[in-house]
Amino acid sequence: MAKITYLEAIYQAQAEEMDRDSKVFIMGEDIRCNVFGTTTGFVERFGEERVRDTPISENGFIGAAGGAAMVGMRPIVDATISSFLFPAMDQICSIIAKSRYIYGGQAQLPLVIRSCLFYGNSNAAQHSDRPYSMFMNMPGLKIIAPSNAHDMKGLLKAAIRDDDPVMSFEDSTCWMVKSEVPDDLDFVIPLGKGEVKREGTDVTVVAIAGAVNIALKAAEKLKAEGISVEVVDPRTLVPLDRDIILRSVRKTGRAICVDPAHKTCSAASEIAATIAEEAFEALRAPVVRVTTPDTHLPFSPHIEKPLYPSVERIMDAARRLVGAPAPQPQPA
Amino acid sequence: MSASRDNDRRIEKYRRMQRIRQFETRAETIHAAGEIPGALHTYAGMEASGVGACMALRDDDYMVGTHRSHGHPIAKGAKLRPLMAELLGKVTGICKGKGGSMHLSDFSMGSLGETSIVGSGGPVTAGAALGAKLQGLDRVALCFFGDGASSEGAIHEGMNLAAVWKLPAIFVCENNRFGMSTPTAAGVAGAHVADRAHGYGIPGVIVDGQDVDAVEAAVREAVDRARAGKGPTLIETKTYRYADHAVNMGRDLTPRGPEHDEWLARDPIVLYRARLVEDGISGSDLDAIDVQVAEEVADALNFARESAYPAFEEAFDHVFVDRLPIPDDVRAHA
Repeated sequence: MAKITYLEAIYQAQAEEMDRDSKVFIMGEDIRCNVFGTTTGFVERFGEERVRDTPISENGFIGAAGGAAMVGMRPIVDATISSFLFPAMDQICSIIAKSRYIYGGQAQLPLVIRSCLFYGNSNAAQHSDRPYSMFMNMPGLKIIAPSNAHDMKGLLKAAIRDDDPVMSFEDSTCWMVKSEVPDDLDFVIPLGKGEVKREGTDVTVVAIAGAVNIALKAAEKLKAEGISVEVVDPRTLVPLDRDIILRSVRKTGRAICVDPAHKTCSAASEIAATIAEEAFEALRAPVVRVTTPDTHLPFSPHIEKPLYPSVERIMDAARRLVGAPAPQPQPA
Repeated sequence: MSASRDNDRRIEKYRRMQRIRQFETRAETIHAAGEIPGALHTYAGMEASGVGACMALRDDDYMVGTHRSHGHPIAKGAKLRPLMAELLGKVTGICKGKGGSMHLSDFSMGSLGETSIVGSGGPVTAGAALGAKLQGLDRVALCFFGDGASSEGAIHEGMNLAAVWKLPAIFVCENNRFGMSTPTAAGVAGAHVADRAHGYGIPGVIVDGQDVDAVEAAVREAVDRARAGKGPTLIETKTYRYADHAVNMGRDLTPRGPEHDEWLARDPIVLYRARLVEDGISGSDLDAIDVQVAEEVADALNFARESAYPAFEEAFDHVFVDRLPIPDDVRAHA
């Protein structure tokens, strides 16, 4: 066990898998210069053939990862910021997601497309997307959205070893947070398995990516108010661990879905709908979503920051669901 | 190459062009009769382009094609039965009935897809060439695309990537004069698609797309160059689509000009047959090939007709490696 950051977890997962399997290689824009520290020393260690700087050509090199995978390689694409996936929607949705299906199982597509959720830092609307739910609506793509270093490393290693295309959405609000991670080179977390991050009895909070850490803070504060919160982290969005979510909601009878994505058709929406369809009889209150509203993300921090799910918004939602009064403002 | 082996190759080119023509003729007829669902995009008129290019490839070389997908696999030597069965939506089809007319891709022949999003084969081709290079295989990857696709960014991203990394790729633009109903001149700036190669610092070659020997020679030079590590080539085959963009749409959307009859007079199969006869191959031998091919096409259609449709479970297979469960409410009404 060693305590490492989320970015170090990405670095270790990639390095270990590239050591293990010569078919694994990585490409992306400016990865040799190692902007975020996830490819430290890679060129020296693995050579320029397996560590490739690409032109600024997302549709080109993401599609090329598909072609390389079809002929036997296992590419990792570092697409850096998830907003840059949009120019590559063509290759992701028409080629990578569909080729195995449309050719009746003839195509093999073992590849990983990594990108970070780069929100909350005054980068304005074109650099701040959290677009995983757009890809949840496209069959054929597995999706991971880890919330800490331990899960990041285990899931990314599983993704690199998986024979299906996997999109890894890496929350930049988690980058520098440290957690204990096993040293075992074969430490992997199976895709599609969620985890209960905190047990509780009154309200289930299902949280996505960095929102898990906010939910855990809210749960700790709500404990002081006598509200017991269970925090569930699906970790993988496709396939989604519906069982762990439904089991928790059947226990607590209340559910809040917290998601940094925009509200409409978010991962939270899918989870809320699943709860309403499958666990209606267990519900003692409506299912609530705490998300980013359907407006764009502005540059100015004073108007950007309040748009995201926060400890306070989760606490308000929990109090509302259990029928607890909001705390009175303290007299000055 | 010995004279007899050379003749064998030339007869094989003739045979494959005949296969395409007769396959397409039959497909169009049964499509009109309602036996083939969906749209049908035929390759008649372009046979020399596909066959010439594929005859310059080895069996283990890669190829990516387009929505006009019937000609490419036949050109590369694929068996007809699974192709015809696919057109009829049968489980014995090359894609198990999930691809249809726009996606006749036989991976056992080195195909990596016949993709129906125009231009989307460009990046895949570059990636396949990269994958071959990284594995130390001396294989090349060839991308067929149309004059319409030459305006798509994906084609150019693929060519740029292949050029900067000197990948073993060949880009073959089959300029059949029309992007659906739009004449090439109205959709492609500049005189020739091949001219765009200069922007990438790679050779741009124009070839008579109705002359199968000429196409093969041009592609062979590009293949040799690619295998030698010298990077990609862009080749433009000047050819002509006989049928409408898709057949049996009720009216012909393609604006035919006075050159239409000139193109028909330069039919690639008629031209090649005349050349072979002139070079001493007997017309009766070629007649015998025509008959054999007719039997192959009839056999393929018979096989397709006798094959079963896919079980409903097939709709949930191959989304991922593991088959998806079928939702109860869907199964109840399937």
